[in-house]
Amino acid sequence: MALDSEKRDFKIIGTRPLRPDGIDKVTGRALYGADMNAPGMLVGKALRSPHAHARILSIDTTAAQALSGVKAVVTATDFAAASSSFNQDVLDNCMAREKALYDGHAVAAVAATSEAVALKALSLIQVEYEVLPHVTEIEDAIKPDAPIVQEGRAADNLPEGYSQNVTHVMSFGHGDLEAGFAKADKIIERTFRTAATHQGYIEPHACLASMASDGRAELWCCTQGQYYVRELCADFLGLETSQLRVTASEIGGGFGGKTTVFIEPVALALSRKSGRPVKMVMSREEVFKASGPTVSSLTDVKIGMTHDGRITAAQAMLRYQGGAFACGTIEFGAMSAFAAYDLEAVCADGINVMTNRPRQAAYRAPGAPMAIYAVESVVDELCQELGLDPLDVRLKNAARKGTKSSYGPTFDDIGLVATLEAAKAHPHYSAPLGPNQGRGLSCGFWFNFGGNTCVSLNLDADGTVGITEGNPDIGGSRASISMMAAEELGIPYDKVRTIVADTASLGFNDVTDGSRVTFAVGLATIKAARDAIQKMCARVAKIWDIDEDAVIWEDGYAKPAGPNAGEFEPMSIAEIAAIANNTGGPIAGHHEINADGAGVSFGVHLVDLEVDPETGHTTILRYTVFQDAGKAIHPDYVEGQMQGGAVQGIGWALNEEYIYGTDGKLQNPGFLDYRIPVASDLPNIDTVILEIPNPGHPYGVRGVGETSIVPPLAALSNAVARAIGKRMHELPMSPPRILKTIKGQ
Amino acid sequence: MSKIHVTTTINGDPAEFLCEPQETLLDILRNQLDLTGAKEGCASGDCGACSVTLDGRLVCSCLVLAAEAEGHEITTIEGMAEGDVLHPLQRKFLEHAALQCGICTPGFLVAAKALLERNPNPSETEVRYWLAGNLCRCTGYDKIIGAVMDAAAEMRGEQNGA
Repeated sequence: MALDSEKRDFKIIGTRPLRPDGIDKVTGRALYGADMNAPGMLVGKALRSPHAHARILSIDTTAAQALSGVKAVVTATDFAAASSSFNQDVLDNCMAREKALYDGHAVAAVAATSEAVALKALSLIQVEYEVLPHVTEIEDAIKPDAPIVQEGRAADNLPEGYSQNVTHVMSFGHGDLEAGFAKADKIIERTFRTAATHQGYIEPHACLASMASDGRAELWCCTQGQYYVRELCADFLGLETSQLRVTASEIGGGFGGKTTVFIEPVALALSRKSGRPVKMVMSREEVFKASGPTVSSLTDVKIGMTHDGRITAAQAMLRYQGGAFACGTIEFGAMSAFAAYDLEAVCADGINVMTNRPRQAAYRAPGAPMAIYAVESVVDELCQELGLDPLDVRLKNAARKGTKSSYGPTFDDIGLVATLEAAKAHPHYSAPLGPNQGRGLSCGFWFNFGGNTCVSLNLDADGTVGITEGNPDIGGSRASISMMAAEELGIPYDKVRTIVADTASLGFNDVTDGSRVTFAVGLATIKAARDAIQKMCARVAKIWDIDEDAVIWEDGYAKPAGPNAGEFEPMSIAEIAAIANNTGGPIAGHHEINADGAGVSFGVHLVDLEVDPETGHTTILRYTVFQDAGKAIHPDYVEGQMQGGAVQGIGWALNEEYIYGTDGKLQNPGFLDYRIPVASDLPNIDTVILEIPNPGHPYGVRGVGETSIVPPLAALSNAVARAIGKRMHELPMSPPRILKTIKGQ
Repeated sequence: MSKIHVTTTINGDPAEFLCEPQETLLDILRNQLDLTGAKEGCASGDCGACSVTLDGRLVCSCLVLAAEAEGHEITTIEGMAEGDVLHPLQRKFLEHAALQCGICTPGFLVAAKALLERNPNPSETEVRYWLAGNLCRCTGYDKIIGAVMDAAAEMRGEQNGA
């Protein structure tokens, strides 16, 4: 695929038009998951396990079913066996089968005429539990005598001395570590911990399901991927996918957490059983207890460096827990840990262990922030020990085009060096600091993804254009997709309207994940526009009675290719559309692709902060994000991704954590005790967008959504280390932890 | 359980409804009156997504009992624009790209309007503290604060922001 961004003079790309869904969202008109109703609708509610780990001996729903106003009660027996072991895990997470695996695991659900009746019915369901020993922490869960969360899930290549809870064991890297460490002048080895954090979207999971007795079903829900919701729900209810139409509502944040299902199949089962539409909305406590947080981690990192700052060898052992099911996120951690560096000898080993915690869901660059936090902390400590500038050391070791990455592939054009150089040249890097203040930095990385994508482009009779795409707009993507269509067609932005299709109206699209939408849907939109242009040129060739090759497309007009093609008045898209009926019928462009070439993304964050030595409280003074966007289609929303990810990372570094008691119960399932950053915690988040074109996209686009959450963890930890003169090895760096470190406890 | 009859004013129009004693104003706005612009993010007053004003005072409608609306004036996000003319805050939120997913936006707009009504010339710090009760997980607040400052400047008659 040819990169044509360099020869283009963009008219619309890079400008900042208003988003097409904006007015609905500032007037309260936009409809989110919980905003839809249906005639005769029932309220669905789930009964959840109060135990961290318990065998379900029996569930007696008789009294609940007998309550006036109760129309259906469902348990695990109301679902079909899933078609794969992965899908079975998803289903078992939605509704416990033999065991409740964590505090908050759903065991039954009811549909009733009102919320009050539904809640009363839940209290009438009798569940007989045999409480089992539980385990919630990584170091406990990997021990050979740990309580086994689920039998039969141990990795085939399980090493000696590990418990059956270990589901994944892996290793990435190349080169001779021993020889590498022998060449080092300084070797530092440290162990790091990060807490599980939640995506923290403000919109709780919500859906409205309606299933008729003939098996046809409709589902409205907030999701990052309506097609995947359809696949999973159809599997769990024994439906053919075409019989289930899923419509994505506006989505109130996801960050990866809405890439799977929780209540959606339950609402469908309740609707099937009651014969009525059923709406389910999670409470915030349910969101924290039973939807996916990210993994927590326990990581050892060992890095050797020469006096002049060359890394000679790097090694990591990563241990992640992702809750009560086999979780592959560790693979992204082990692959990404050393991705920023050009290394001769590198090895990252990873294991995943099951615990009695909720099943993890993807969270923005899943697996990478905690791995890179550990690596970037050790690199920074080496810089301190050897008296080297941390940016110079990163530049000296930076991965670049041609580098064999630590996870295997050789990098193509990448933006790390340009990003580091931009940080070094920025006034932020040389600004003076006061007492108790420190400056930290970190690199960040994410793989990015392309994936299955369909786009239809319909040319209307008045010359305006409708784009139908299949990925929920989670942060301005309708605007950027409209911009790319307008750019390619050569028409104004406001002549294009982009809508997000339901599953019946467009072919399959992968979930909105992997920072894929602007890249892959954008690519498919450009190709669909080119398809429509080709068709328009063919129609014009017919009108002019010349060869199709003799008609070109320029600035929204079909024109004769040159003097030899003949003399014809150029035809606008509106003129072509107006007479399409007479030239062969309606005109539409399409593109369907499993997009490759997403192009990896690097970023560098700089932070200045001040630690109050009396309270341990950290104040962020200044923050600058440098990131390679390939090509920023709508710079406002690129900046927004960089700022939003940075602030999520700041919350992770300073405050956010899942806290479990010895009883295995989550102690802080609410926004008061699980504290995400608020406006008064923060300064402005400055942004510098680098544009190193991605060869895999016609305009050079790279996804930008995920990389930005990666650097803040180490950037803040490195800044705190310099502010207080002592290094911490655990997140979050909450005030009590910082105070303990200062006092040397 | 008998229901309570409530007579109130919502966005300038007379409104009445029947509610149960435990129902919140948010429940009634969303489930009975079809005013779904106010969102439930937490039901505990921690996120501000359900912000409305009650006689001009900023409240979390999830923490107000519906019965308390009796005789009072409620304003919601649906009452912010004048017909098809957006309030300057709404316009500035669009111009500054101050929303990504938009779920928190109604709450931020209602809260910011309440701020500017009592303090037309807030400092950035004052804006950040006033809006500290509204959670946004997408934007990092940067563009929200910029939009509010710019709207305040425009409402004061200044051309190019504060």
